[in-house]
Amino acid sequence: MQTLAVRIWRGGADGDFQRYDVPRRDSQTVLDVVTHVQRVIDPTLSYRFSCRVGMCGSCAMTVNGVARWTCRTHVSKVAVNDTLELAPLSNLPIVKDLTTDMTVFFDKWASARGQFKGDKTRADDFANVVPETPARKAADAAIECIGCGVCYASCDTVSWRPDYLGPAALNRAWSLVNDVRDTAQNERLRAIADDAGCHACHTHTSCAERCPKSLSPTAGISGLKKLSARAAIRGELD
Amino acid sequence: MAVNVSTNGLTRRNDWRARGNIGYAAFVAHRISGVCLALFLPIHFWALGSSLKGAAALDQFLSWTDMPLFKFAEWGLVVLLTIHLGCGTRLLLIEFGRWQGLRKGWIAIAIAMSALVGALLAAILLAK
Amino acid sequence: MKPSTQAKLWYAQRISAMVLALCVLVHLVTILYAIKSGLSASAILSRTQGNAAFAAFYGLFVVAVAIHAPIGLARVVEEWLGWRGRSLGIVMLALAALLTAMGARAVWGLYGG
Ligand code: HEM
Ligand code: HEM
Ligand code: SF4
Ligand code: SF4
Ligand code: FES
Repeated sequence: MQTLAVRIWRGGADGDFQRYDVPRRDSQTVLDVVTHVQRVIDPTLSYRFSCRVGMCGSCAMTVNGVARWTCRTHVSKVAVNDTLELAPLSNLPIVKDLTTDMTVFFDKWASARGQFKGDKTRADDFANVVPETPARKAADAAIECIGCGVCYASCDTVSWRPDYLGPAALNRAWSLVNDVRDTAQNERLRAIADDAGCHACHTHTSCAERCPKSLSPTAGISGLKKLSARAAIRGELD
Repeated sequence: MAVNVSTNGLTRRNDWRARGNIGYAAFVAHRISGVCLALFLPIHFWALGSSLKGAAALDQFLSWTDMPLFKFAEWGLVVLLTIHLGCGTRLLLIEFGRWQGLRKGWIAIAIAMSALVGALLAAILLAK
Repeated sequence: MKPSTQAKLWYAQRISAMVLALCVLVHLVTILYAIKSGLSASAILSRTQGNAAFAAFYGLFVVAVAIHAPIGLARVVEEWLGWRGRSLGIVMLALAALLTAMGARAVWGLYGG
């Protein structure tokens, strides 16, 4: 039987790779490999997953040096000579083995004003948002984010400037900037035009290349840069 | 493979494998060229400014630049300038133009432009 | 820094980049032409001396580059050398002033010298 030589990160940030041999199967995903190790070889291995169908965003890891969702990544696509190297996501504090602490990641969504704020009550009628308007299309293009952190882990600007809000939070802000019902627009622009905000992005486009949902945070960030810079020139952010 | 752990010691960092996308290469080329150009400017301005002291002073400076090493550096800077121009135009189109994807075609244009300018300049310099 | 400062710096760097895109395009053609036709002081000065269009063009070039380059360099220094804050801002302002002064001296020399 064909086997895969899998090196898995064990421990915290000062940990190291350990080798496991895992049977190769048809249509095997990277998550299947990790699950085999945990179920059959070493039950102390920590990792995260939930839906296994690419919806929950909890299974992302660094696979052969590149951040990916593991439940929908086939071994056949990423294994090099039947070897795999699995590590926790970069740019996030390691809890243990393949799990990272996502707190900062989601805190940044909050500080980029990633929450919707409206002024209607349940007594009001539904808002009419025409799907064909440019704003709604822009929001639609950004809205399918599953919060997996792949883009954030792939972004060197985050590594170099750890307070940078990062692609996912800014992508979220962009979908709300384009939500005509939202009433906190200036506050949001102020939040994302900060030192560690959208203008720190250098358009490496790693986020857009890696996003498993094929979103382009780069698109939204470019939009935010322009919008908030113009608001700043008009004095609306002071 | 060496593992990069960031200074605060809590996270892992990416290595070159995460930087294989062409957009990243364009970023590196754009950044390195930008820094070289910025460092060259004071020298360039100083040289041109020596014309204040008359044509003789400028000629004296220009005679240094006749050395092959200077010629090569000059050639390199002009190529870097073209690279920076091409990659920079791409960024401006991404940031200010209508969204049309990652505009990788402009990376190709930047490479073609700098190859063309580099070849032209080399031909001119070698013909001398 | 105030939230709006970063945004304004970014805008200044991009607007100056747009100006530079045109300047550099023209400059590339000039460089090729100048080197082909011979780089001597007299040749350069004969093109530039008393030529107001040349002076205006290079003046604009100097201003744009004095805005564009220090802002760009500051980002590189912040990210790759980890030096940030007020002291860096002051050094970059000084660099902008230096580039403006040296550039103005060069243009003045070529135009009048
Ligand atoms: C960093 C970007 C730049 C590069 C790589 C560059 C490169 C060159 C080169 C290779 C030449 C040929 C002659 C020589 O070597 O002295 C030249 C000429 C010249 N450059 Fe630049 N340059 C740059 C920016 C500028 C700027 C910002 C100015 C603005 C004042 C300028 C003004 C000139 C002038 C006036 C000449 C002489 C042109 C002539 O002969 O008619 N350059 N440049
Ligand atoms: C002649 C002179 C020029 C010099 C000395 C210069 C210098 C620089 C420097 C040092 C940087 C910082 C690099 C970085 O952050 O990675 C930079 C960035 C930049 N330059 Fe230039 N540049 C010049 C011309 C241009 C031109 C002609 C364009 C446009 C077509 C341009 C567009 C840009 C853009 C868009 C950035 C931002 C890059 C980013 O945020 O990553 N530059 N430049
Ligand atoms: S485009 Fe911006 S956010 Fe995306 S990876 Fe590059 S620097 Fe990070
Ligand atoms: S933008 Fe894409 S890569 Fe980033 S968190 Fe959302 S789904 Fe994941
Ligand atoms: S387990 Fe839910 S996205 Fe992979």
